[in-house]
Amino acid sequence: METASNTDRKILTVTEITRKLRIYLEETFPQVWVQGEISNCKRHSSGHLYFTLKDDLAQISAVMWQSNAETLLFAPEDGMKVVVRGAITVYPPKGNYQLDVDKIQPLGVGELQLAFERLKQKLAAEGLFDPRHKRRIPEFPQAIGIITSESGAALHDIRSVLSRRFSSVEVILIPAKVQGPGSAEEIAQAVNEMNRFGKVDVIIVARGGGSLEDLWAFNEEIVARAIYQSSIPVISAVGHEVDFSISDFVADLRAPTPSAAAELVVRDRAEILDILRNMCYTMRNHLEETTQGLRRQVQSILASYAFNRPKDFMRESAQTVDEFERSLNLKFRHLFQLAHQRHHTLFLRLENLDPEGVLKRGYAMVRKDGRVVTSSRNLEVGDKATIRFFDGEVRTQVEE
Amino acid sequence: MTGKKGGKGSFEESLRRLEKIVESLEQGKVTLDEAVELYEEGIRLSKMCNEKLKSAELKIKKLTKDMDGQFQLLDMDEHD
Repeated sequence: METASNTDRKILTVTEITRKLRIYLEETFPQVWVQGEISNCKRHSSGHLYFTLKDDLAQISAVMWQSNAETLLFAPEDGMKVVVRGAITVYPPKGNYQLDVDKIQPLGVGELQLAFERLKQKLAAEGLFDPRHKRRIPEFPQAIGIITSESGAALHDIRSVLSRRFSSVEVILIPAKVQGPGSAEEIAQAVNEMNRFGKVDVIIVARGGGSLEDLWAFNEEIVARAIYQSSIPVISAVGHEVDFSISDFVADLRAPTPSAAAELVVRDRAEILDILRNMCYTMRNHLEETTQGLRRQVQSILASYAFNRPKDFMRESAQTVDEFERSLNLKFRHLFQLAHQRHHTLFLRLENLDPEGVLKRGYAMVRKDGRVVTSSRNLEVGDKATIRFFDGEVRTQVEE
Repeated sequence: MTGKKGGKGSFEESLRRLEKIVESLEQGKVTLDEAVELYEEGIRLSKMCNEKLKSAELKIKKLTKDMDGQFQLLDMDEHD
């Protein structure tokens, strides 16, 4: 049985067990965030940083390679409370494991403040805050991208302001952790994703109020660079009015709070309705003015000299005719009067010629056989004649 | 998805066009026929904008990716 158990029993060499442990540990912890206090911190002349991360009950060796260590914005010191990100690696020659750190975040306010100032200076020097790089926030965005925690107060605040002011806007959320380890990476990635998605007019990166540590993700370089590289305008709305974050400086617009960001990004519905009403009013006025103007033009043409020439001509002609007629009438009347006068004169003269009048004056008229005898030579002795007096006739016979 | 970045038919586009129309009418350099046409278009646009403004509830969509890495838009519950 002994031989049998010997064959059952798998015996590993030291190298083999170390290799198994290494694979197990490195596969299980490719990336972890660990919080602790720095001790035994040494910066090697090569630039690599060696330290121990410890708390009350345990400790773990850590190394940060030169390429990562040189990006640190502060100098890690013993006693500093930090959060580090790294992978567990095993070093077979010594049979120990360690944390291969690529990132150290200070936890204390003093260190954070320091890191903040250093990053701010660095990015400012690179031109990330340059006003010339700032893009215009669209006046009437149709779709708004929001990057914040799905369950946070920021989303709630933004939602209620947008509902009140401009509910027809489309809101696209990419949820992201806004606090704690890995949050900066999530925010930066969300900014990149939103750009790849592309169908939003503006992006709001938001987080409600909190301590400097709570808001720290927005002070991270990776977030700043993602915002800087965004081709879609970005509004940074982090914390309260008094809180300034690196994202505020690099964004195209800083909003003091998430609610304020929502107010900045859409105009008030009532305000736009007012504008619309005014526009309609102006349009109607101008159309009326245009028609009025044209009407006046038509009237002035109708009243113009040229347009009225034919009419005037006709009127003038009518007048001429009238005048002709009048003068004609006058002339006729005149002629008539003349004729009348002449007739009267003639009548008077005719009257003078009446034989009765002559007879009355004592003359007598002799007629023979009905004809007037004007000469004695026309009568012979024995002729019979009629003598007419004014008051009667007598018959007579010529004697001599 | 409707158009992006203030494309044709967007609220911004409609409002800009409306502004242009008002401007043209203000300058009064259009014929009566054109003016009437512009006015009719303006009224149509303003009605459209009005309706958009009055359209009811704010909708929030969550942008996620499916297994093939394609973007997906999910309606978000109002109460979460």
